[in-house]
Amino acid sequence: MSEAARRAVERAARDSRARLLAFLAARSRAVAASEDALSDAFRAALENWPRHGVPDNPEAWLLTAARRRLIDTARHEKVHALATPELIAALDEARVMSGDEMHAFPDERLKLLFVCAHPAIDAAARTPLMLQTVLGLDAARIASAFLVKPSAMGQRLTRAKTKIRDAGIAFEIPRSDQLPERLDAVLEAIYAAYGSGWDDIAGADPRRRGLVTEALELGALLVRLLPDQPEARGLSALMLYCESRRDARRGPDGEYVPLSGQETTRWSMPMIEQADRLLREAGLMGRIGRFQLEAAIQSVHAQRARTGATDWESIALLYEGLVRIAPTVGARVGRAAAAAQARDPQTGWALLQQIPAEAGAGYQPYWALAAHLLDRMDRPDEARAARERAIGLCEDPAMRAFLLGRA
Amino acid sequence: MKYSILIYATPETAARFQGPEGAQYLSQWQPFIKALTDAGVYITGAGLQPPDTATTLRFNGDKRLVQDGPYADTKEQLGGFYMIDVPDLDAALEWAARTPRLPGQAFEVRPNLPAAGN
Repeated sequence: MSEAARRAVERAARDSRARLLAFLAARSRAVAASEDALSDAFRAALENWPRHGVPDNPEAWLLTAARRRLIDTARHEKVHALATPELIAALDEARVMSGDEMHAFPDERLKLLFVCAHPAIDAAARTPLMLQTVLGLDAARIASAFLVKPSAMGQRLTRAKTKIRDAGIAFEIPRSDQLPERLDAVLEAIYAAYGSGWDDIAGADPRRRGLVTEALELGALLVRLLPDQPEARGLSALMLYCESRRDARRGPDGEYVPLSGQETTRWSMPMIEQADRLLREAGLMGRIGRFQLEAAIQSVHAQRARTGATDWESIALLYEGLVRIAPTVGARVGRAAAAAQARDPQTGWALLQQIPAEAGAGYQPYWALAAHLLDRMDRPDEARAARERAIGLCEDPAMRAFLLGRA
Repeated sequence: MKYSILIYATPETAARFQGPEGAQYLSQWQPFIKALTDAGVYITGAGLQPPDTATTLRFNGDKRLVQDGPYADTKEQLGGFYMIDVPDLDAALEWAARTPRLPGQAFEVRPNLPAAGN
């Protein structure tokens, strides 16, 4: 009995925690207090359910317990006493719903995602806030993924939650005229979680690699919550294409293998197929965007598994489109690389030279490409200098070894 | 929730108030305040005289120190403010974005503390 009850609490924590938190936070705007109240509710469930049996509707039980606790907290808090009447009224709604309507208990996770990526929130806190509130990761784990001290990450998260409460950031789906821009911030924050694992190509740090799974999970959640937004599908497709090549990015001795040298038999075909499907669905919606274009570029690379060749013309064309709508330094370096492959190194070099020096200066791929193109143009001295800069900017030991091997 | 929108300007921007641009800018304020009032969100507000008219009062223990000039010795100076009552930050930001403006101005949106006794 007690074992079954414990499992029921665990299941509720896994399946419903984020929905319960989003529901409470959307009504109180107090994310931290809602988290605390919810933790208390789960603790109470661990004590109560083994003795009295698992309730018919575990979510309703937890919501009622958390709501009671949250109202107590609001009553005791002097400074934010103003919020109390509104809070009680809003949470009464939860009590009404605790009956039969509980099954229709609304999913507010999308609102929570938009709050986490609100422009008024410190950009460095957005991804961590999402990981903590939507996926329930603890601050220490998030801190290690972002290479900051747990105490610093804890403070960053606390500050963000206080800002949400005190600045009055609403839990709302943005109006349609603001949706694209606000959605971009959500997509960026999810992609940053993916990037925190991706940068660590060495896979040397298992904690960093972990966030890749979380990012894919957030991406899939966003596709479910916003089924008619093609960019949500674009982002999921992009992450899946990249993820499909994870194993192939390493040789037998852990050495870095560039995309062009990867054995396609080591790519994950199920992931590629899933990404293809998402990208196709996005394309049918007829609204192109940055993530769809980036995914499309990766889909062309993925086709090498079937055709044995890379269609650089298509990739160069897609990069043209990408640079037009999102002229990031990454996109511009990618365009130069694709043009060099599709035509000649001089064309690529000309495009690379158009990138403002200050943008390229600290960007490792810029110098790696510069070295590669200068080599192909028989300018060995300049190539050596560029390669040294690329090596100096490397964070990944395997990548550094790869570049040193070419020197 | 009540928010204060604090309007900051650089000296270059402040200098524009003198010319025809300034007259045009100031003429936009009346319709803006009317829009705020019609929407039922306006509480109060004021434009301020330039920072060189400011006098700052500090205390050294109980001793008064009166000094010529504004409190903050920064390039951007407070030029005015208004206060509104709206449901949330996004609504406040939306009004702030509609505020008449000159190039170089910035708008700080700050929630008010709840009034005492509430």
